[in-house]
Amino acid sequence: MSIQNSKKQKSEAAIVYKKKQSPARETWRRLLKNKSSVISLVFLIIVVLLAIFADVLFDKSLITTQRVDIRIQPPSLEHWFGTDVYGRDIFTRMVYGSRVSLTIGIVTMALGMLIGGLLGACAAYFGGMLDSFIMRFTDMFMAIPETLLALCVVAAMGASASSLIFALTIAIIPGNCRLVRSAVLGVVDTEYVEAARACGMSDFRIIMTEILPNALSPIIVVSTQGVANIMLTASSLSYLGMGVQPPNPEWGAMIADAREYLRAAPYMCVLPGIVIVLTALAFNLLGDGLRDALDPRLKD
Amino acid sequence: MVKYVIKRLLLLIPILIGVAFIIFAIMEMTPGDPAVRILGHEASVEALEEMREELGLNKPFLERFFNYLYNIFTKLDFGKSYRTRKPVFDDILARVPVSIKVAFLGMVFATIMGLPMGVYSAVKQYSPMDNFLRISSTILVAMPTFWLAMLLILVFALYLGWFPSGGVASWKSYVLPTITIGFPYGSKILRMTRSTMLESIRQDYVRTAKSKGVPNNKVIYQHALKNALLPVVTTIGSSFGQILGGSVIAESVFSLPGLGSLIVLSIKAKDTPCVLASVLLLAFFFAIIMLVVDLVYAFIDPRIKAKYI
Amino acid sequence: MSENLLEVKDLEVIYKTDQKTVHAINRIGFTLQRGETLGIVGETGAGKTTTGLSILRLLPERTGHVVGGSIIFDGTDLMKLSEEEMRSSIRGERISMIFQDPMTSLNPVMTVGEQIAEAIIYHSESDKSSSEVEARVDEVLEMVGIPAFRKKDYPHQFSGGMKQRVVIAMALACEPELLIADEPTTALDVTIQAQVLAMISELRDRLGTAMIMITNDLGIIAQICDQVAVMYAGQLVETGTLEDIFVKKEHHPYTVGLFGAIPNLNEETDRLSPIDGLMPELLKLPKGCFFAERCPHCMEICKSVPPKAHVNGTHRITCHLFTSKDE
Repeated sequence: MSIQNSKKQKSEAAIVYKKKQSPARETWRRLLKNKSSVISLVFLIIVVLLAIFADVLFDKSLITTQRVDIRIQPPSLEHWFGTDVYGRDIFTRMVYGSRVSLTIGIVTMALGMLIGGLLGACAAYFGGMLDSFIMRFTDMFMAIPETLLALCVVAAMGASASSLIFALTIAIIPGNCRLVRSAVLGVVDTEYVEAARACGMSDFRIIMTEILPNALSPIIVVSTQGVANIMLTASSLSYLGMGVQPPNPEWGAMIADAREYLRAAPYMCVLPGIVIVLTALAFNLLGDGLRDALDPRLKD
Repeated sequence: MVKYVIKRLLLLIPILIGVAFIIFAIMEMTPGDPAVRILGHEASVEALEEMREELGLNKPFLERFFNYLYNIFTKLDFGKSYRTRKPVFDDILARVPVSIKVAFLGMVFATIMGLPMGVYSAVKQYSPMDNFLRISSTILVAMPTFWLAMLLILVFALYLGWFPSGGVASWKSYVLPTITIGFPYGSKILRMTRSTMLESIRQDYVRTAKSKGVPNNKVIYQHALKNALLPVVTTIGSSFGQILGGSVIAESVFSLPGLGSLIVLSIKAKDTPCVLASVLLLAFFFAIIMLVVDLVYAFIDPRIKAKYI
Repeated sequence: MSENLLEVKDLEVIYKTDQKTVHAINRIGFTLQRGETLGIVGETGAGKTTTGLSILRLLPERTGHVVGGSIIFDGTDLMKLSEEEMRSSIRGERISMIFQDPMTSLNPVMTVGEQIAEAIIYHSESDKSSSEVEARVDEVLEMVGIPAFRKKDYPHQFSGGMKQRVVIAMALACEPELLIADEPTTALDVTIQAQVLAMISELRDRLGTAMIMITNDLGIIAQICDQVAVMYAGQLVETGTLEDIFVKKEHHPYTVGLFGAIPNLNEETDRLSPIDGLMPELLKLPKGCFFAERCPHCMEICKSVPPKAHVNGTHRITCHLFTSKDE
C-alpha cells in the first residue's frame, strides 16, 4: 500500500553510486573546509617542524649555558621571549622543550591507546569473563585520580621524561579501554561482523579488518584531544618537580621556575604559557574538526 | 532504592581493596628506605634494623599487604605516618576541610558558570554571545591550571592587590583558588550543556510542546533542559571527584594546606601509610559522589528510576 | 457557515542552509471548510509535513522560511500574527497537530498527565483551577480510551499505540477547530493502525473538528477524507473531492502512478508498476512541469512551460495534457 519502498531502494543505490571517493579522502576534504582545523593543523605543523629542526635553527648550547650578564631580560629582537634567571634564551628553551612535551604527548597517547584499545576491543569482542575481569580492573584504576596515580608512579620510577611517559600511559589506559570497548560494542553486533564470522574469519582478523576500522572515529577524535590533555598533565607534574629535571627544558618546569619572578618578570611565565595554551588549543580544535569531518551528521 | 545503594556500597569494597593494592605495589617500588627517612642517615645499623622490624618492613610484600588490610578491617587502623609517627588520619583529617571547601566552592562556581551559559549558548546558537562563549570556553579548557593560577595571582594579587596570593587567612584567600578550579571545569560543563541542549531542542517532543502552545521559556527549561541534564550531571559529578583529587596543583600554587599537597609531600617522603590512606579516602569520596550522581539520574529520568526499584 | 475555515494561498516555503536552498513548497493553495477533512497525499519529501508545520508556524527557526503567500485561518492571516499571539491563541487552542512518531513526540521525563495538562493550562481564557484542569485531563484520557488513573505514568510505560492515543488526547484537549494529523498511523503496527484511525475519525465527527490528514497511504484517504490533494515536489498537482480523485477518469499522470503502485486483489498482474525515477532535489526549480522527467506522457511543452490548472467543477488538475485540450 505504501509507495515508499521502491523509491527508497533506488535512492540508496543512487547515493552509493555518487560516493566513489575513498572515505579517508572525503574526510580530509571536509576537514580542509573547516577554518579552525586548518589553522590548528598549520600551527601544529610549524611547531613540529621547529622541534625537528631545532638543532639546525638554534644554538643548542643556549639552553644550558648560563650567562650572568644577560639574566632576566625582557623580550627583545635578540631574545624573543626574553631570558631567564640564568640568562638563558627562553624562546630557544621553549623550542627544545617542545621536543619533550610533544614526544610525551604523542608517545603516551599512542601507547595508551594501543594497549587500552586492545584491552577494550578484546573485552567487547569476547565478552563474558574476560570482559568483566577487564572492566573490574579498569574500575580500580579509575577510582584513583589520574594525577595522583601518575605522581605515585613517577615517584616510584624517579623523575624523568621516560617515567612521565610510563606513568601517564598507565593513567590513561583505563579510560581508553572503556572508550574503545563502548565503540566496539556498537559495531560487534552488526550484520557485517556476523557475516565475517560466518565466512570463518579468525577473531584477530575480524577485530583488525572489520571492527576497528568501523569503530575508529571516536578513537581518532579522543586521541587527538588526548594529546593536549596529556601535555597539560605532564607539564603540571613537571611544575610540581615530578617530571623532567633541570637543566633540561620542559614547558611546565620553565613556568615553575618563573614563579619566583612573577612580579619582576611576568613575561617569563606569560609567554611560555601562551605557547602551551595555543598548542593544546590546536590539538583540541583539530579534534573537534575531525569529529565533524568524520561524521558530518553530527554537525548542527 | 535502599537495596540498590547498599549493593553499590558493598561493590565498593573490592574496588577499594584493589586501589589499596595498586598504590601499595607502586609505593613498594619507590626507592628509599623508610627507616632511614625516619631516623636519619646517622642512625646506627641496629637502630635501623629495629625500626624496620617495628614497621614490619622485613616481612614479605604480600604479608604486609594483608596485615594492612587486616588492621583496617578489624581495628579501622590505617597505620602511622612514617613522617610524623602519628596515626595517618590525624594529619589527613586536619587537611580535608580545606580541600573540600576549595573543591566545593570551585564546583559551585563551575556549575553556576557552565549550566546557564551553556543553555543560553545553545538556545542562541550562532549568536555573537554564543561564539564568544564557545571560543572562550575552548581556550579555558586548553589552559594548564598552574598557569591560570599564576595569571590570576599576577593580576589580582600582585598588581591589583585585591586578594592574597596564598594561605587560608580569610575568605578572600579562597577566591582565586575557586576561580582557578572553577574556570576550566565551568568551561567543560558549558560545552557539555551546550551540546546536549542543542541535541534536545531538536527532539520531536520539543516540537510537540511548541505545537501545544507551551511558552518558549517553559519549552526550554521544562522540556529541553530536563532531558539534556543527564550527561551534564555526570560531568558535574566526575569533575567534583577530579577536583578533589586533582586540586594538587591549585593547592601547590596557592600554598593551601589541603589533602593534595599532603599527598605530594608524602609521596616524595615515601610515607606509604599516609599516601595509601589519602588515596583510599579520595577514591571513597569519588565513589560516593558517583553514587549520588546515579541517584540524581533516577530523580531526573523515570526510565532509569524504573530499573532500580 | 459558508466561509472557509482555512485558506492557504500561494504558499512558498524554503529551507536555507549555508550550503544550499531547498524549495520545499512552491505556491500551493487550498481551502478547507469547518468540519471537513482534507487528505494530503504524496511521497516522502513532497512537502506534506512542511505544509502542516507552516500552518502552525513551527518551521525550524534558522532554516525554514515562508517566503510568500498567506494562510488565512477563520479570517485572520496567521503570517501576520505575533509569535506570542500564535502561541497563546492558535497553537494547541484552535489548531493542533499530531506528529508521525509517538515514540519520540512525548517528553520521556514528564508524566502524560502533566503533558496533557500543559495544553490546557497555557491557554485557557477561563483560568481553570487546578482541579478543573485535572478533571479535564481525566476526561480527555478517557475520551481516547485510556483509564484516567494512568495519567501519573510516564511515556515509557505505554505501548506505541497508547502513546499515540495520548498524543491525540493532548491535541484535542482544547477542542481545536482544526487538527493537522501528520501520518498519525505510519509508525504503528498494522492492527493498531486501524484502531487509532477509527478513533481519530470518530472523535473528529463527535467534536466537529476540521482535519488535514497527511499520509502516503491512499487507503486512509479513501476511508476518512472529503477532499484530496495530491502533492508532488512541493506542488499540488491534483486536488478534488474524494470522488473526483477515486472515481473520475481524468487524472494527473502522477496520481495515476500513485494508484499504479498499489497492489490490486482483483487484477492479476505480475508486478506492481512503480513510477520510474526520483523526485527532483528541489535545489533549483525546473523550468517546466516538475514531473516532466518521470512522466510517461511528457511532451515538448512540459519541459519548458509550467502547466496551468485544468478545472472541472471541484476537480483541478495541473497538467499540460488537459490544459492543451482546454484551448
